[in-house]
Amino acid sequence: MSELLQQTNRGFYCPQGDFHIDPHRPVDRAVVTHAHTDHARWGSRRYLAASPSEHLLRMRMSPEAEFQFADYGQTISIGGVAVSFHPAGHMLGSAQVRLEYRGRVEVVTGDYKLGSDATCQSWQPLRCHLLVTESTFGLPVYRWPDQQSVFAAINQWWRDNREREQCSVLYGYAVGKSQRIIAGLDPEIGPIYCHGAVEKGNEAYRQTGVHLPPTMHTAKAEKSQRWAGAMVVAVPSAHGTPWLKRFGKTSTAMASGWMAIRGPRRRRSFDRGFVLSDHVDWPSLLAAVDACDPETVWVTHGYTAVVARYLKDKGRNAISLDRWQRSASDQEDREADTNGEEQSE
Amino acid sequence: MKLFAELYQLLDSTTRTNAKISAMVDYFGRADAADAAWAIHFLSGQKLRRLVPTKLLRQWAAEEADIPPWLFEESYSSVGDLAETISLVVPEQQLETTGSLREWVEDRLQVLRGMDEEAQRKIVTDIWRQNPAHVRFVILKLITGAFRVGVSKRLVTRALAEHSGISAEVIAHRLMGTWTPTPESFLRLSNPDIGDAVASQPYPFCLAHAIDRDSNPNELGNFSDFAAEWKWDGIRGQLIRRNSQTFVWSRGEELMENRWPEVEAAAALLPSGTVLDGEILATQADGIVLPFAQLQRRINRKNIGRKLLLEVPVVFHAFDLLEQDEKDLRPLPWQERRNRLQQLMSQVQHPQLKITDLIPAECWEDWAKTRTQSRERHSEGLMLKRVDAAYDVGRVRGTWWKWKVEPYTIDAVLIYAQKGHGKRSNLFSDYTFAVWKGDQLVPFAKAYSGLSNSELRKVDRFVRQNTTEAFGPVRSVQPELVMELAFEGLQASTRHKSGIATRFPRITRWRHDKGAKDANTLDDVLDLLPKSSSGDTP
Repeated sequence: MSELLQQTNRGFYCPQGDFHIDPHRPVDRAVVTHAHTDHARWGSRRYLAASPSEHLLRMRMSPEAEFQFADYGQTISIGGVAVSFHPAGHMLGSAQVRLEYRGRVEVVTGDYKLGSDATCQSWQPLRCHLLVTESTFGLPVYRWPDQQSVFAAINQWWRDNREREQCSVLYGYAVGKSQRIIAGLDPEIGPIYCHGAVEKGNEAYRQTGVHLPPTMHTAKAEKSQRWAGAMVVAVPSAHGTPWLKRFGKTSTAMASGWMAIRGPRRRRSFDRGFVLSDHVDWPSLLAAVDACDPETVWVTHGYTAVVARYLKDKGRNAISLDRWQRSASDQEDREADTNGEEQSE
Repeated sequence: MKLFAELYQLLDSTTRTNAKISAMVDYFGRADAADAAWAIHFLSGQKLRRLVPTKLLRQWAAEEADIPPWLFEESYSSVGDLAETISLVVPEQQLETTGSLREWVEDRLQVLRGMDEEAQRKIVTDIWRQNPAHVRFVILKLITGAFRVGVSKRLVTRALAEHSGISAEVIAHRLMGTWTPTPESFLRLSNPDIGDAVASQPYPFCLAHAIDRDSNPNELGNFSDFAAEWKWDGIRGQLIRRNSQTFVWSRGEELMENRWPEVEAAAALLPSGTVLDGEILATQADGIVLPFAQLQRRINRKNIGRKLLLEVPVVFHAFDLLEQDEKDLRPLPWQERRNRLQQLMSQVQHPQLKITDLIPAECWEDWAKTRTQSRERHSEGLMLKRVDAAYDVGRVRGTWWKWKVEPYTIDAVLIYAQKGHGKRSNLFSDYTFAVWKGDQLVPFAKAYSGLSNSELRKVDRFVRQNTTEAFGPVRSVQPELVMELAFEGLQASTRHKSGIATRFPRITRWRHDKGAKDANTLDDVLDLLPKSSSGDTP
């Protein structure tokens, strides 16, 4: 039986149901995996997404757009195709999209990671005929350390900075990564302040029912605020800008999967790099494919050719999508993780 | 070893000079002399002689990681650092590292050399298995020899000065020469008796600051406070004659033994206790300096044949006298040193040893005019030196200035890109540029430097989105981006596709205003070639 999904210049399209998944350009009906701007784009007429992403999407998208939300596991029929969302573990409300039509099952992972995350539901494997997987970190050099040890290191760094009377400035993607970090911070060490974009994300998380330690928008701090010992969670684009001056003596750090490699870590001249990613690393990418056990794998977003070749070597039918012609939407490798989503087109 | 790996991590994780120095001072205070000696060796950029072929390391790493060789190569090309790639792909086991840095280097690593492959493999893979990733990475750095941690020799010198309470100049002097990493050497570094002068030891070189090409040198002050010489493109060298021995040092602080036999022969005529600073240049018998490409034929040759000696004779062009009668003359004003140099050289008659010419002038404009003849003389421009200044250590602002001629510039199209190494790994930062030959683009120069970090990221993005083909790590891209390249020199070459070899190519600006069609042609480049490369003056 032929595929339900096609790759088009607007993104994945399902002709049977006449809808797109994470389209790069405006379409009539968009099914959205998660609220990051390179997946949930402005301009489409109707959006369908998982319920826990509601507050985030409404915060970021045009109020004119028409939204429909479905709980994880709930089936919605579009043109006879049973569409359902399943946790992807990438961030709050992130979902894999499962399509079923006449017994054929196809799954688009969107961005995903394995393992637990205090701010969102964990990824679940879905048996399918076709699996479309991302491969942002699809090289064997990427193996994430245990997240508890990363949070312990972050908190220790914060304590050490407090001893040295420095303000800790930790950079992460404004929505998703930052809230995961904040949930892992130990509020006993000191006050937590956030860049405006991060604080907006915090509000949407709290409205959805995610518990985060108390935080405050940096702009709301008193003029006489002493920043030494405080933690400031900010977007990476703030690094090296005059915005930082107000904090006096700082130590800066970045939390990202790219920090696993020395080059990107040193190039951006952060004092520290913490390896914390919301994407699958090499071992969990392979584990995910095995758990879903698809007949065919489409590899997208990242080291597509490498992952497809490796899977083929291992006897699985795998195809690399967008081998070199990467769509502009794609966050692979361009340090999107480190630049934040301010990098619009 | 643990202590050293921690030092490495500290140095690697900060960009602040003071934090780096204090990390080193702390280490020198805690490590024993033997370890500290090795640490200095590595931190100041010295390597172990190759222990294991890297080809084997890659092969073993792929097998340990249970990945195919092609996947290891993909990973390496993305990470841009062999030691790092290996320590990332080989599964980690949390174990404690034991043994001092000295034990590691002398008893475990250096013995690898000369072992057979099987024995090497057993030892190396055991090292990978038995050490946590951050230590394993540092050990691998020692094995692969690419040990860069953002610390300059100067910084090590400053840390040692702080550690020992001895001035940085004395430490710098003691660190020069064939410094061997032994506990005795380390203790000698901090010996308060500073009357030491080992025969071979050179002085730290005085370096010049560049005058902005467009700015006016008369901002430097009164022209009569300066003397001018040609700035040559050769090998900067220090020629030492002490205790009937001759030593020739390069600016890279490398002892150049048996490389310049004619210079060494000439130096034998110098009185003992003499140190000259100068430039080694390929020079014809009539005194005309040959282009650098000629000198290059003699560089890095271990054995120099008679034919080459005849074709490319070299002359030591002395421009400073640092030591006379075993006395350090560096504190004397330049004029005084120059007078003594003149006197000395008039007593030593040898065709391979010359004193540089001073360029007379009545005002700044005279020198500006003379400078326009630089290219014809195969010179890079002028050197200006303050006549009342002492001989400084390092690049001190204000005493020596290099006033180079305008570089050649060409607008060229970026056609290939490759990921860089070190700080620029994972980033397409190494480019090949082409110019037009009819309707074809011919590659003619590689340039790796000149763009700002944000420009680099933009080009990186462009490369990823506009790749047309990939050959191994090299991406061929849509010919769209035009950059202005500058070079110090151009030379006809049979080894290059374009027929041209460039010297010091670098990017001067990104021509956003130009499309590929507007780039220069090969004929434009050929027009820039010096009309005669033989060295004839017009």
